[in-house]
Amino acid sequence: SLSISAEGLPRITVIRTGQHILIEGDDEDNPYVAKVVRLFGDESGRQKKAEVQWFARVSEVPPSKLKLLGREPHPQEIFYYEGRSCEDEIDAECILRPVQVKHLDGAAPFPDSDKDTLYVKLSWDSKTFRVVDSALVDPDLASSKPSLPPSPPCSPPAAAPASRGPPRRALPTPDLAVMRRASSGEGRYSRATMSAGKAEAAEAESLHSVTKLSASKCLSAKRRNASARTPGVRKKLELSSPEKPSPISEDALSRLLDEELEPEVTLAHRLSSSPPQTFSLTPLRKAHRGPVAQDPAVVLNKLSISDSPPPSRDHSSRAEVDNENSPMLPVAMTPRSSKRKSAQLVSSRIRKQLNLLDNQQDLNSDGEDEDEFVPSKKEMQSSSEDDDGEEEAELHSDEEVVLKKGRRAAAGSRTPRSRQKTQSSTRTPRKTPNKKVKVRQPENSTSHRVLFFSPLLSEQITPSTPRTPRGATPSIPCRSLPARQPANVLEEARTRLHVSSVPESLPCREQEFQDIYSFVESKIMDGTGGCMYISGVPGTGKTATVHEVMRCLQHAADVDEIPPFHFIEINGMKMTDPHQAYVQIQQKLTGQKATADHAAALLEKRFSNPAPRKETTVLLVDELDLLWTRKQNVMYNLFDWPTRRHARLLLPGGADHRQHHGPAGEDHDQQGGEQTEVVVEEGLTRMSFQPYSFKQLQQIITSRLNKVKAFEEDALQLVSRKVAALSGDARRCLDICRRATEICEHSAAEPSATGLVGMSHVMEALNEMFSSAYTTAIKCASVQEQLFLRAVIAEFRRLGLEEATFQQVFVQHQALCRVEGLQPVSVSEGLAVCQRLGACRLLLLEPSRLGVLQRIRINVSQDDVLYSLKAD
Amino acid sequence: MHVMFSKAVTEGGLVVGGLRRRAELQDYALDSALSWSRSGWWGGRVGFRVTMSKRKMTDAHLSVEECVTQVQEILRERFCRQQLPDRLEGLEAQHKHLLELLRRTAVHGESNSVLIVGPRGAGKTMLLKCVLRDLLEEKEVQKNLLQVHLNGLLQTDDRIALKEITRQLHLENVVGDKVFGSFAENLAFLLEALKKGDRSSSRPVLFVLDEFDLFAHHKNQTLLYNLFDVSQSAQAPVAVVGLTCRLDVLELLEKRVKSRFSHRQIHLLSGTTFPQFLQRVRMQLSLPDDFPDKEFARDWNTGTLCENKSVEEALQRHFNSSKDFRSMNALLMFCLSRVSATKPAVRPADLLEASRLCFCDAKANMLHGLSILELCLIIAMKHLNDVYEGEPFNLQMVHNEFKKFLQRKSNSMYNFEQPVIMKAFEHLQQLELIRPVDGSSAKTQKEYQLMRLMLDHSQIMEALQKYPQCPTDVKQWAMSAFG
Repeated sequence: SLSISAEGLPRITVIRTGQHILIEGDDEDNPYVAKVVRLFGDESGRQKKAEVQWFARVSEVPPSKLKLLGREPHPQEIFYYEGRSCEDEIDAECILRPVQVKHLDGAAPFPDSDKDTLYVKLSWDSKTFRVVDSALVDPDLASSKPSLPPSPPCSPPAAAPASRGPPRRALPTPDLAVMRRASSGEGRYSRATMSAGKAEAAEAESLHSVTKLSASKCLSAKRRNASARTPGVRKKLELSSPEKPSPISEDALSRLLDEELEPEVTLAHRLSSSPPQTFSLTPLRKAHRGPVAQDPAVVLNKLSISDSPPPSRDHSSRAEVDNENSPMLPVAMTPRSSKRKSAQLVSSRIRKQLNLLDNQQDLNSDGEDEDEFVPSKKEMQSSSEDDDGEEEAELHSDEEVVLKKGRRAAAGSRTPRSRQKTQSSTRTPRKTPNKKVKVRQPENSTSHRVLFFSPLLSEQITPSTPRTPRGATPSIPCRSLPARQPANVLEEARTRLHVSSVPESLPCREQEFQDIYSFVESKIMDGTGGCMYISGVPGTGKTATVHEVMRCLQHAADVDEIPPFHFIEINGMKMTDPHQAYVQIQQKLTGQKATADHAAALLEKRFSNPAPRKETTVLLVDELDLLWTRKQNVMYNLFDWPTRRHARLLLPGGADHRQHHGPAGEDHDQQGGEQTEVVVEEGLTRMSFQPYSFKQLQQIITSRLNKVKAFEEDALQLVSRKVAALSGDARRCLDICRRATEICEHSAAEPSATGLVGMSHVMEALNEMFSSAYTTAIKCASVQEQLFLRAVIAEFRRLGLEEATFQQVFVQHQALCRVEGLQPVSVSEGLAVCQRLGACRLLLLEPSRLGVLQRIRINVSQDDVLYSLKAD
Repeated sequence: MHVMFSKAVTEGGLVVGGLRRRAELQDYALDSALSWSRSGWWGGRVGFRVTMSKRKMTDAHLSVEECVTQVQEILRERFCRQQLPDRLEGLEAQHKHLLELLRRTAVHGESNSVLIVGPRGAGKTMLLKCVLRDLLEEKEVQKNLLQVHLNGLLQTDDRIALKEITRQLHLENVVGDKVFGSFAENLAFLLEALKKGDRSSSRPVLFVLDEFDLFAHHKNQTLLYNLFDVSQSAQAPVAVVGLTCRLDVLELLEKRVKSRFSHRQIHLLSGTTFPQFLQRVRMQLSLPDDFPDKEFARDWNTGTLCENKSVEEALQRHFNSSKDFRSMNALLMFCLSRVSATKPAVRPADLLEASRLCFCDAKANMLHGLSILELCLIIAMKHLNDVYEGEPFNLQMVHNEFKKFLQRKSNSMYNFEQPVIMKAFEHLQQLELIRPVDGSSAKTQKEYQLMRLMLDHSQIMEALQKYPQCPTDVKQWAMSAFG
């Protein structure tokens, strides 16, 4: 049991397992309702968590679905929630209070009166209503287990999760959705089959619009600030939790299963108590229908099951296995942001888990597991290289495969897409890293590993385990010794402040985020094309924001709130020629390699011809201005395709770093012309990212540091003010802070140092980065070089021009030498001096082959030169 | 040898200084070239022989010839092969900064980018090499760090640079011929490889871009963008170190490239004083402790070269001219090449002579090799320059001026045929003592093509003073105010 004391209320509420509770949500009048399944503490023991069974309020059911009810819903009515898209672990902090919930029979009328009681009649699994068993609802009848486990997550009590939640969730997160979609014919790449797809997809419209999203974002931000990170609230999760099943595919799949996979269905039924949701079988569907390249691991799984007789496994052993996995589930299901934050934690946990699994496997080897996962003959053939002798090595590399998949999954927006790419690009000769995983799998997979394969995939983490490059795709070799982790506060701060570290959130870009999100979302919903043009100076978070949007949308698509779409990204700077854009788009769309012209033709055809089953393609063109060509045909096409009637191509704009704000180069003008043309013709949506203000920069650093106390407040403010005044470039800001921590570390030996980065350190870093070295360079120059500079200025004064030939300056130089009492230099020596100054760019020179005739200018202001010379 | 060569190529001073020296010092040039190649090719064996002889006879008494040979070998090695010093004087802070930075990349997998900026000969490469030497002493680093060295003068565009990177990372063997497909494939390939890595698991890669400013002139700065982009995103850990002598290098970077660069700059601007310079000269000339013949070494090291007043003046002049290591080494090299068995020490006269050679004017020396006619034409041009205030002239004008001189003053000179004059004129043009005003010479007749004189008056006068057996009337003509 758990006791809750709220601020301001002296009363202490005690929550027990089996009780119904209200949970804080974004709608304060209608908090979420759930039943406590069990209570436990997380691994650190500090965070109290609860596993809950959700109930859906009327307001949470989409209005279109409410019609299925066939009657007016009662305002106090709630539905036993059988959907799977929700995380069912919550933080104890977000529990508001217990609530009275009563079960009513299907026909019984709702008792009026009591405002505080809620009534359950039916269950709701996000597509249909069913009559619910009173045993599931009533707290008295429900078996309540002892909770609050004594130990960290490796051995939580073997409680509920066998049937619901964890096992399901243990599936590979984004991949699952993809597979399922692929199997039901919705697959982005599957041309072979097609379901009723579009209509249904549209029906499964998100009921959480952008406003809701932002609300939840706010909420989550509030939470984060309030130092209680609660990953547990359902609504928020629905945005980010990747594994909401598609009802359609669910149907299609169960049908399919009924027809084709009888034994497996029984297995499935045995394995999970709620029928349509199966654990180990999900990949199998894909294996049957997988359009292009079948996932070998999954194939193996299928073979082993269908070739051997249905294994006689009982629930308990299954549950045990599940429990082994369950410790990781909280992580798998926490919202995106906290996922990233806990990446390090998780990676270590993963490693532990892997060891654990290996052990586990040894332990289990006598039991039923064995016969289920004995490799079938076919599999033995397919993995014939697998010798016993290699077993150890194989095991190792298999872990790596798993981890790599996990890592890929961690890449957020890339996840499902890259996965698909993987599937489709198997044919192409060019080896992408994605493919490598594919290629390697058949060799490496052995049956027992398959068991643990999928659960691990659900981890969205960045593990730090080494991997070996093998196969045809080269990569940077992995290090022989692991990288050291940050050891002290300053190092930790430095790691967090590195530009490459993915921030937990993108503060100060909420408005832009929302605008882009709603733009892209609406276009995807409508199935229309459109362009968005995003501009702004470098380092203002354009690419990061768009990626964040795509990540969110991808999650939304995975849980079927919006129709699936296909996200590809090209970068003008990462190609050698503008026309390569076609090649890259073509390759990312279809995996085919083609010449630029051919690719252009193919794309043209693809976007002009009606093909109803096509998904929306979201194309991000980074550094758009690099795609400028004389005829502007590349840009023209990019902006033209979305307007085609059948295109369904979305160009969220070339989140491009074009800088209109800077001095306009000549090509900018022409581009400007082209842009306006596009704007006029096609209604391009424009968006401009303003440089960060000093407050925003400060917020960015603070949020990155995330309570690692390494900076003095004033120091932070100084940095952000300085950078905001200069450029508003967040990268710059982070770099300066990083440098300041280094300086602080070096000066830490002094006894007066507080260990915090202070004003002086920041000042030093700022000086290093922003002060020009011209003055120092002049001061450090040799005597003759200084004389020459003076001669140049003297000659300029004499001529009244800012330019002189060497011959003219040389005369002055000779005179100055005599004044200074030095031996006059020869012409060659004078030229050498001049060249040295020219090499530093203190002087601007014509090519040296002009000899004494070359003209000279000064690259610094004359006053600066005189000042530096005088200061001597 | 390779390092030395590339360094010599990179040295811009070669254009002026090197030519000049070679022209005058034919005897020295041969000698020094020989010594270069000897120290280059046999450098490896020298040390061996030294240690061998040391083992055999701990305080042996070698003959003077042997001693001189050893001295030559040791010092040439030092002057020409850029041996790294054990300790960097005056650069400790920079050394520490760079070492820490690269260590963090190697050990913690933190991506970094830094520019080392300093004038030519300030010791940028030396600093980097010293840091790498110290860094690679750590075993952890040695096992992990991958290095890629690029030079802007060798990798003149991104295509070549990419191939070189692939080669140096030993990636090309993995996929056979596939890597060296098109430029586009190469780029995609490399980016893919880098993208696959991540901070904690892949080996860190150190990119050293010598002559960094030249990379900024590549089309779109694609290479720089991608390198810096990798260094600022969660990909394989990289450290990008750029070496350049341009102080305005950041202004060369395109905005988005600049934004991705971390703005760390290490400036090598030495405030060396003259006493330090003298000390450095002494250090460079002194023999090491493990020299086989102790007595000879003692004599050599106690030589009072630098105490000599005139020597000090010469060195002061040298110091005034430039502070860099390389010109100093060149000066000492000249001194060293005058050491022989009969004269087993560097005398003040040697250094003065070497200094004179270093400071003499290259163009004036070239004038010594001209014929009297060519010299007369030069003088005629000088007068034309005086009269027309630097306006260009053509052959016809020069010829007329020359004819005027012949008519009025000349006793020793005769008129030459037009073709002979023409030939002499062309020779002057080939020597680049004169050059056409505009590049295209096809349109106008040769006689009327406008030319400019590439010499200063002082150079002409200096040459005339030293010209062997110059006719007096020619000298007078040259010195007279008007033709």
